[in-house]
Amino acid sequence: MSQKIFEPGVAAGRLDADAYTAQFSDLHPPLDVHEALVAADRCYFCHDAPCITACPTDIDIPLFIRQIATGTPDAAAKTILSQNIMGGMCARVCPTEQLCEQACVREVAEGKPVKIGELQRYATDHLQAKGVHPFERAAPTGKRVAVVGAGPAGLSCAHRAAMMGHDVTVFDARPKPGGLNEYGIATYKTPDGFAQAEVDWLLKIGGITVQNNAALGAAMTLDSLRAEYDAVFLGMGLGGVNALGAEGEDKTGVLDAVDFIADLRQASDVAAVPIGRDVVVIGGGMTAIDAAIQAKLLGALNVTLVYRRGRDRMNASVFEQDLAASKGVRIVTHATPVAVIGNGAVREIEFEYVDDQMQGTGQTLRLAADQVFKAIGQTLQGDALPTLEARKIKVDGTGRTSVDGVWAGGDCASGGDDLTVTAVAEGRDAAMDIHMVLMG
Amino acid sequence: MADLRSDFVGIKSPNPFWLASAPPTDKEYNVRRAFEAGWGGVVWKTLGMEGPPVVNVNGPRYGAIYGADRRLLGLNNIELITDRPLEVNLREMKAVKRDYPDRALIASIMVPCEEEAWKAILPHVEDTGADGIELNFGCPHGMAERGMGSAVGQVPEYIEMVTRWCKQYTRMPVIVKLTPNITNVLYPAEAAKRGGADAVSLINTINSITSVDLDLFAPEPTIDGKGTHGGYCGPAVKPIALNMVAEIARNPATADMPISGIGGVTTWRDAAEFLALGAGNVQVCTAVMTYGFKVVEEMISGLSEYMDDKGMTSVDQLVRRAVPNVTDWNQLNLNYVAKAKIDQDLCISCGRCFAACEDTSHQAIAMSEDRTFSVIDDECVACNLCVNVCPVEDCISMVELATGTTDPRTGKTVEAAYANWTTHPNNPSATAAE
Repeated sequence: MSQKIFEPGVAAGRLDADAYTAQFSDLHPPLDVHEALVAADRCYFCHDAPCITACPTDIDIPLFIRQIATGTPDAAAKTILSQNIMGGMCARVCPTEQLCEQACVREVAEGKPVKIGELQRYATDHLQAKGVHPFERAAPTGKRVAVVGAGPAGLSCAHRAAMMGHDVTVFDARPKPGGLNEYGIATYKTPDGFAQAEVDWLLKIGGITVQNNAALGAAMTLDSLRAEYDAVFLGMGLGGVNALGAEGEDKTGVLDAVDFIADLRQASDVAAVPIGRDVVVIGGGMTAIDAAIQAKLLGALNVTLVYRRGRDRMNASVFEQDLAASKGVRIVTHATPVAVIGNGAVREIEFEYVDDQMQGTGQTLRLAADQVFKAIGQTLQGDALPTLEARKIKVDGTGRTSVDGVWAGGDCASGGDDLTVTAVAEGRDAAMDIHMVLMG
Repeated sequence: MADLRSDFVGIKSPNPFWLASAPPTDKEYNVRRAFEAGWGGVVWKTLGMEGPPVVNVNGPRYGAIYGADRRLLGLNNIELITDRPLEVNLREMKAVKRDYPDRALIASIMVPCEEEAWKAILPHVEDTGADGIELNFGCPHGMAERGMGSAVGQVPEYIEMVTRWCKQYTRMPVIVKLTPNITNVLYPAEAAKRGGADAVSLINTINSITSVDLDLFAPEPTIDGKGTHGGYCGPAVKPIALNMVAEIARNPATADMPISGIGGVTTWRDAAEFLALGAGNVQVCTAVMTYGFKVVEEMISGLSEYMDDKGMTSVDQLVRRAVPNVTDWNQLNLNYVAKAKIDQDLCISCGRCFAACEDTSHQAIAMSEDRTFSVIDDECVACNLCVNVCPVEDCISMVELATGTTDPRTGKTVEAAYANWTTHPNNPSATAAE
């Protein structure tokens, strides 16, 4: 054991050099052929299967599992990808225990659902490893579609629009495409550059141009895009991070969890990413969990996740909560931050315990903290956007906004959970509606 | 614990579980280990005539059919009779029988259909101390092409003739092993009886091609690009074997002839079913080829527990218990009416019953928005398909309608009286044509 784990403050290289690879390796190693066949054999091929209903992208799960079981994983992949072009990423990051696998009748029967997520990964990996793109573009329509945001919603929309024969330009504020797939998901869920590989594979459809470092703003406005393109899809996600509302939160070491996660994903050497000895993460969603677990994996001695409500109210699934606990993250509930304490840099953070009605109890808790990661939700940024609803772009069932010729989907749009799979579904459906409108 | 001791045509064994003549019983090493594992008896792998033994293929001998999780359901083989010299087999049999006097040791024999050939081999077999012989008239592959095995078993006259020779030249009990590759098993069974057989054993394996290699376009198992039909066995053939056993057991001309039941016996329950349908004991092969000799422990404990539960103190009390209830279709009670009933507490809402009934049967299962599945009595004909496709045991059952209630499908009152097809008004053959 490296003595550096006890070093106070924020430091890189807390672990032995060879420990990092194991720490950040695949959370679920891929199924091998035998494991896949054993898992596939458990599917009952239900009628009008509940797992399909539970999937935001309506993948025909019993069919693709039957295709795996009968030795045709590439056919299975096509079944998946025809509904969800990011089936590979969703297989890795979907909270399957709350979606398809929760609905699986074998969960009801035995408490052990069919491993739908891992089987989906088996199939999509099999096809993508061949470098084959299974879809072809329809005849050119001469129509041009602008997509803002190269995340799951934007890329899904772009792919479907390109497939229907439209020419698509995708604009993204970041240096690399992929959105949260590239910047916002824990490293151990998508190791080995999978997010970029998937984008490269997706773009093989053709007809999609990606322009990075291009955000909506002064140079490129929604109006300018509307003038130049036949349709615009907004899928830029949520760029802002909510403030704690606690005294002293501007101190050094109080950071946005999304930035920590992004920096870690982009680091060429995770051992070089500095981490505090004592880390506090505030929030109850997937971002909070991802940040807390990864802080621990980097060698933080004490990581505490603090959430203002009970565990049953956390957005992070029970599986994710248990995963965090198994990695040594301490979860504190019913506590809300009141003050960040320190001389320039954070040293401690004080919480007040609150009841289920969020009423303060007067009782406080102080935690040592070299770093505080804020993960209490993200907000939409930007001006001159279509009409908002609950601080998101208001859309109808097919993604249409209040502005003619402008669609939106993913986290920046109203409706649906903020999940990769939901974003993919919304991007796809918006593209189909755009196609319908453009082709009259 | 129930007394499982078995006496089959005078051959005694500590339990009714014998290993069938097959690869597991081809040599002393295996048979000793089988006896140590607890098997009650062994039918030694088929002996051929003196002289150079047969030669087997040097490629794959077996093909298989699988269920879920690669569970072996059916096995096919193209292995011939023993490919070891006769004298080696005889010496080993003698040694084994000497060391395991309480176990049954039967010699399976297949020699050409000539009196001299049978007359020549029988004294040698008798000399080993074997308890009996089983005439292999069943193997459908290889040996049949040379006029033996099923080639004999498919000609009742030959069965009768060879059986008679054997009864003439040996004092040992003669069991005739029948092939299922015939139109009506009663013809060979009756022939065996006429020849004086002490018992029949059945079934031998069924002509089969298990699969086709879709790259080579050749049947499997494939030997140098070619394949041939083999003999099919294992759990998949059990229903065929049960029917043939039952047919012999309820046929007046053969009902008193002991039967050694063979065909897919895998668990104690399979064995009990064979016994109930008229077998005096059972022979097992595929189960041990799949799981090893140890499975006999489950068969012994399972049959004992079942017999204890039923208050049976000897195997004989189970034998033939179901035979009186095997009948012809025209004797089934058409006034018996049942309806499917789904236990909602056990239902896992997979909807397979719905798919099966809606797509392929009587549209008698309703599906609600919240995936509750229920039987529509107005449409249900009690076909049992929903029970068969349901993955949860006992979730769907067939419930008899009480006498006096109205069947909502037909609008008729359920009658107490028994009435079969021969008395039904719709039967055009009920009255002789004038």
